[in-house]
Amino acid sequence: MSQLSSTPKPRRNVEVALLLLALAVGIGANMLVGVDQEKAFDSDFWFQSSLLAVAALVFHGVLRFRAKYADPVILPLVVALNGIGLAMIHRLDAPGDDTGNNQLRWTLIAMAVAIAVIWFLKDHRILRRFTFISLAASALLLLLPLIPGISAGEILGARVWIRLGPMTFQPGEVAKITLAIFFAGYLSSNRDLILLAGRKIGPLQFPRFKDMGPMITAWLVSIGVLIFQRDLGSSVLFFGLFIVMIYVATSRISWVVIGLALILGGGFVASRVFSHVEQRIDGWLNAFTPEVYENGSRQVIQGLFGMANGGLVGTGLGQGRPDLVPFANSDMIIASLGEELGLIGLFAIVLMYLLLFTRGFRAALGTRDAFGKLLACGLSFAVALQCFVVIGGVTRLIPLTGLTTPFLAAGGSSLLANWIIVGLLLMISHTARGPVDTTPLPPAKGTESVGIDTPTEAVKHP
Amino acid sequence: MSELTITALRFGFLLLLWVLIFSIVSAMRRDLMVGRKAAAGAPTARQVRKNPELAEAPAPPAKQQARQLVVVEGPLKGTTLPLAASPILLGRAQEATLVLEDDYASGRHARLFPQGSRWFIEDLGSTNGTYLGDQQLTRALPVDPGVPVRIGKTVIELRP
Repeated sequence: MSQLSSTPKPRRNVEVALLLLALAVGIGANMLVGVDQEKAFDSDFWFQSSLLAVAALVFHGVLRFRAKYADPVILPLVVALNGIGLAMIHRLDAPGDDTGNNQLRWTLIAMAVAIAVIWFLKDHRILRRFTFISLAASALLLLLPLIPGISAGEILGARVWIRLGPMTFQPGEVAKITLAIFFAGYLSSNRDLILLAGRKIGPLQFPRFKDMGPMITAWLVSIGVLIFQRDLGSSVLFFGLFIVMIYVATSRISWVVIGLALILGGGFVASRVFSHVEQRIDGWLNAFTPEVYENGSRQVIQGLFGMANGGLVGTGLGQGRPDLVPFANSDMIIASLGEELGLIGLFAIVLMYLLLFTRGFRAALGTRDAFGKLLACGLSFAVALQCFVVIGGVTRLIPLTGLTTPFLAAGGSSLLANWIIVGLLLMISHTARGPVDTTPLPPAKGTESVGIDTPTEAVKHP
Repeated sequence: MSELTITALRFGFLLLLWVLIFSIVSAMRRDLMVGRKAAAGAPTARQVRKNPELAEAPAPPAKQQARQLVVVEGPLKGTTLPLAASPILLGRAQEATLVLEDDYASGRHARLFPQGSRWFIEDLGSTNGTYLGDQQLTRALPVDPGVPVRIGKTVIELRP
């Protein structure tokens, strides 16, 4: 690893400047919605805008205090995306609907939870102690929607929600974080074993069969999600997350080959056996056939028409008809934004995701412990893969699946999970960019073997 | 509000979006490189004055690359192992690259890995520890050719 020769700079002032610009984008979007729909700037508008601004600035203040060296562009990017999402959801609300305010409430809750994560966790390396607890938690979270009593039953063909009082919650969203923690902890401890043992076939070195255990487990989990929860999107997300993390940990292309083979095999069988998968694929390949349009692909096609209507510069916020598309404010929010902001605006949003992803990987490159590297890679890749699956589905590049667009789509669980991811990434980037921290972790309660926390990559040149 | 104002606001918003993106890109331009040294070149005189540790040490003399690993003491004495680009696991376990038949070595004892032009040794939490010269390893350290590494009763050396 090349050495950082400059003194670390917190760059919090850069962050506050960018944050103000991001808030201008979010609040400006909300304002344009009001202007175009010829509503006056009522007290509601000022109340919502000031809440968002205050929450973002409080978050910034916490970073100043707790994670001084955190990446300065992550927070502005996320606030801008979240602001645009809020404006769009607010704009799509029919009179009497409350989705916009609900989304704002969830944004505030999610930001508060992310702040709590940064405040109380202090160091991401502590999470490594929870490797197997995370695995158990993931299993529990994935099983919850199947348990009668807690389960909210089958909504829109998928069994992924649970009922919490008056609200519904999607535990699978949080499971992607706990799974990333488990994979990172497991792979950072067992990397050498997986890396060194194995036989070479041609140019690829294949792992031993017993080291494939976790991979088979991950595959079974994904298939289980697909069969029992009928959730194609999460299934792809979990398995993709695992392949990428093991590839990053071992830099062996053979894992990707095996993983893709398993996906193709599983996908082929699933498309033959399960009607809901078959229907999705049919709605993707033959979307414009009238029979398919009537019972399946209507949503995608309407979204495509909407985006075509928007063209290069869009119809302007509040002036299109994205509300014609079913689920315009959640699954299809990218199509709604594409219609009203046009290709130029949509590219700006995709670019924001790309920048967020690169910042996550930058934190992974910079941090010195193997666990943090893997966790940052996994989390930022999960966000990126989710974007790919959703935006690819909406633009008919791949079959449409029921994943949420991070930070944009209406839905509390997704916001909560993604803000926690942001909190973790900020914390990892704080250790990556800050001065080298040589103090060991406080010893854990219980039997922690000595040396397990020694960072693998901490190399000091004499 | 007139049609013209609304159109202006519409384009103004798209512009604002891209202004945000360009500001972010220019803010992160400076730390896109993993090692700043390569990008920034030599630190300026002012930076050195402010942070004395930035002053570059004179370049170390070119080192000979290690090409093989030799066991110089212990049960496997005389064994040599050519060094490639992949890491080497040392220990008693069967999956180790160099299986040490040494009762004082742990199953997965230590790991030798290349980074840049040098080899580093790292203890994998062994019971009896790994010694580089006479120093017990607490973190990964570079191994220069000719410096003995002791694992249990085995001593290995890197040779050019």
